Amino acid sequence: MSTAALHHLTATEAIARIHAGELDAAELWHAYRARAAAEDLNAFTWVAPEGEPPAVAADAPLAGVPVAIKDLFCTKGIPSQAGSKILEDYRPPYTATAVENLERAGAPVLGKTNQDEFAMGSSTEHSAYGPTLNPWDRTRVPGGSSGGSAAAVAAGIVPWSIGTDTGGSIRQPAALCGIVGLKPTYGAVSRYGMIAFASSLDQAGPFTRDVADAALLFSALTSKDKCDSTSLGLPEPVRMPTATDLRGIRLGVPEELSGEGIDAGVLAAFQQSLDLARDLGATVETIRLPHAPHGLAAYYILAPAECSSNLARYDGVRFGARAAEGAEDLLSMYTQTRAHGFGAEVKRRIMLGTYALSSGYYDAYYGRAQKVRTKIADDFRTAFASFDFVVTPTSPTTAFELGAKLDDPLAMYLNDFCAVPMSLAGIPAVSIPNGLADGLPTGLQIAGPAFSESRILDAAHALEQAIGFDTTRAFSA
Amino acid sequence: MTDYEPVIGLEIHVQLATRTKMFCSCALSFGEEPNTRTCPVCLGLPGSLPVVNAQAIQYGLMMALAFGSEINERAVFARKNYFYPDLPKGYQISQYDRPLCEGGALGDVRLTRIHLEEDAAKLVHVGESGRIHGSDASVVDFNRGGTPLAEMVTEPDLRSAEQARDWLNLLRVTLRQLGVSDVNMEEGSLRCDANVSVRPRGTTELGTKTELKNMNSFRFLERGINAEIARQVALLEAGDTVVQETLHFDPRTERISSLRSKEEAHDYRYFPEPDLVPVAPTPEMIESARDALPELPAARAARYEAAFGLSEDDARLFAFRRELGDWLEAAVAEGEGAAEPRAIANWTRGELISRIGADADPADSLVTPAALARLVALVQARTVNAGAAKQVLDVLVAEGGEPEAIVEREGLAALGDDGGGELSAIVDRAIAENPDVVERIRGGNAKAIGALMGPVMRETKGRADGGEVQRLLREKLGL
Amino acid sequence: MLSRDQVLHVARLARLELSEPEVERMAGELSKVLDHVETIAQLGDLDGVEPTTHVVDVENALRADVPRPSLPRDVVLAAAPDAASGGFRVPSPGAGANPTE
Ligand SMILES: [Mg+2]
Ligand SMILES: [Zn+2]
Repeated sequence: MSTAALHHLTATEAIARIHAGELDAAELWHAYRARAAAEDLNAFTWVAPEGEPPAVAADAPLAGVPVAIKDLFCTKGIPSQAGSKILEDYRPPYTATAVENLERAGAPVLGKTNQDEFAMGSSTEHSAYGPTLNPWDRTRVPGGSSGGSAAAVAAGIVPWSIGTDTGGSIRQPAALCGIVGLKPTYGAVSRYGMIAFASSLDQAGPFTRDVADAALLFSALTSKDKCDSTSLGLPEPVRMPTATDLRGIRLGVPEELSGEGIDAGVLAAFQQSLDLARDLGATVETIRLPHAPHGLAAYYILAPAECSSNLARYDGVRFGARAAEGAEDLLSMYTQTRAHGFGAEVKRRIMLGTYALSSGYYDAYYGRAQKVRTKIADDFRTAFASFDFVVTPTSPTTAFELGAKLDDPLAMYLNDFCAVPMSLAGIPAVSIPNGLADGLPTGLQIAGPAFSESRILDAAHALEQAIGFDTTRAFSA
Repeated sequence: MTDYEPVIGLEIHVQLATRTKMFCSCALSFGEEPNTRTCPVCLGLPGSLPVVNAQAIQYGLMMALAFGSEINERAVFARKNYFYPDLPKGYQISQYDRPLCEGGALGDVRLTRIHLEEDAAKLVHVGESGRIHGSDASVVDFNRGGTPLAEMVTEPDLRSAEQARDWLNLLRVTLRQLGVSDVNMEEGSLRCDANVSVRPRGTTELGTKTELKNMNSFRFLERGINAEIARQVALLEAGDTVVQETLHFDPRTERISSLRSKEEAHDYRYFPEPDLVPVAPTPEMIESARDALPELPAARAARYEAAFGLSEDDARLFAFRRELGDWLEAAVAEGEGAAEPRAIANWTRGELISRIGADADPADSLVTPAALARLVALVQARTVNAGAAKQVLDVLVAEGGEPEAIVEREGLAALGDDGGGELSAIVDRAIAENPDVVERIRGGNAKAIGALMGPVMRETKGRADGGEVQRLLREKLGL
Repeated sequence: MLSRDQVLHVARLARLELSEPEVERMAGELSKVLDHVETIAQLGDLDGVEPTTHVVDVENALRADVPRPSLPRDVVLAAAPDAASGGFRVPSPGAGANPTE
């Protein structure tokens, strides 16, 4: 096989060839490294230096197939900036558990990928290191916040990558870039070493070109970690997806998340996929998730509240940049360092969260939002009593133009309308390519009960085969 | 002039004597070089997460059991948000509306709550900053940051500074015996704030309270509270009102000053810590804490009074100083009825301690509990008299050994009337050699008999029983 | 609409210096988001609902009290903006102790 075509292999295919002795892992590494070093989407914020690839055990399950890591995962000695100026060139003294798991499984780190600052955003435009471009159309955003990881996979710059999803930050960019993105059950993947946005929602997961790769990368990511009190791992090992039909599967389509506010083209593609699902033997019924429309409101209280506290540690004392203007007295050290180090969206959310937690407002905002969260989880529990999965469009729109929503935070937030309820309930959901609308990818979201990843991926596998989306179409030359 | 009654409540921070910090595996620091006991967690580095130290929970549960507090079914950690350089994350992980323990009491002071939290780091003032001329700088040392703390809050049940001091001492002794803390005020492992108010005696409504910060010794606590009581009374006498505020007592000048900065009132924005799950003490966890619970000073003192017949003061001494109590109990067990517990206690407190030093642990001396018990038994059997026994104890303290052997070697056995006539002969000799004294006694001066006792006691080197010598003298002089 | 004073108060709590235009813009943007967020106030059926703090059903995630090596000090101080005397130098907070002390 020619070097030029190596990047057309999915990770699973590449691993099979390496294990069969037909492909040299180092050759694969060098091919991808060259692509990453040459990429012009601004998907990477750091690329591994030239030279020998990191050593990988011969029998490692991931066989040395390289992986790209969202910048907010701490990687020892390697810049981990979380898209923020306040962490410019910050090199942590330790590595995140999720990344260690991948390295141990035989996936060396090819590079760190661009993201919205501290994962706050849905377009990767809120990065201090410039926006990432969508490989399908370079005038458009790749989605976010894990836009770099999604764009890199969609462009064939890396076979697979990981990102984080707090309220859609894996699923939405996967949809906008035409690839697979899995947000696991909260607790399935350790958060240790993941630079926090909103601790009770953040969850790491894979970006891949197909569902089989997603299952494989997820199986390497998940673990119960003693360093993360909220980590659970999985009750059973991940099963590799094999299903080719959906016989006996009951799909629920929540009317609240599949009508109003969704672009016509996205809806049309969604309806087509539902027809395919019926053809594969599934039953499809409309259901109610009465509290889901309030998910976004609850989310935009809870997530900013937690982030306002999580980002208090960026104070110019122990790491990161300290503003020169603030050096003479303590108060201005804080206020100037944070004013210079944080971007507009981060400041907005810190302000929002600080306000929501401040004296006199807690019950009306935070307390109430936590109750809405309970109701949303109850809605899903009720749905899953009668249905195997809940399916929705992943994102209400296809990739929008750079700058289109930068001045309208609320419009930007609405991108996560369909993704946020699952995050609040802590349940797993995958986005798979769902065909095009006006030449741009759309995503199909499949959500299931906590720890149903293997079942979700199996169903996604059957649909993926039926949809037959070509994930190499946006590959860079 | 109105008579005012002080009303005092205390807030106490106790560093727990765990091996590692509250939320990370760094060993606790005892004066190491700055910033050598830190890790991503206690430095608050991006991405790090806390994990609760099981031993800190066990210590918290032991405190709850010792004080009869109610253990919360689901204790929840919460973030207390504020900026300060010694607080690496910009929030302190503490407990807010669901602390580990609620209620309970020590002595006659009720506890409001006990919660667990992490200690702040240390800020060392280094004078002028090297970078900016004329500005003041401090250096942060995170070694102490993250040390487990139990914060205890009392109800306002104390009525004087002296009572507050005594109660704090009782708390200190109790916590030390529990083994949950070193409770050393000078080293900062016990820190105390006092809430002070005054009200006209006889009224029940509470006056406006002030919070007196960081009373870092028992003496300062008492003096600080007294100074604050005086300040509040003077204000009220002058027709002014007490303002609710946080105050600092300067022990050098005895002055009280306001700590309130120009900054906005604190708004800590507490919310449940999403990085930690609730602590729901299981029956097993509570049983394990109960098993680790030693007998507490108050219970021990009561037992010493009842079982050993000790006075209240002696009982407290042995109960509050655990090492003395342990030693006493060992000696009583060795005495096996031949030596009265009360006598053993008297000999330990009155004689042994004065010989080895008031603060010394008898277990570190050459005197074994068995040796002291047998010595006391010898005295009670009148085999040796008290004076001789003290000489035996001198030898025991100096070189150890067995009391019987020392009595034998030094010839200290008591000379009674069954002493083979030896004592009788010595008494006869004393009468014969002091005719003038005998004359005075016969002349009606009974007290002069003392002048005959001296030679006899000298002659017998203290082995003779004083009472027996006197009895013989009286008999022989026909008194 | 959030007032200018409210914005400044919150910015102070959050230790963010805002420029004049930022204060203006923030007041407008936050108000807009808050208007949306306040739609949850219309939900009537929340009385007696348990708030969700954690979606995971875990309790007592405890760690054994066993020390592990700390970081070497040069590593600890490597990223410090102003390391001095083996520690992190900051402008002095001035009079007044840490509020939690
Ligand atoms: Mg406290
Ligand atoms: Zn540590």
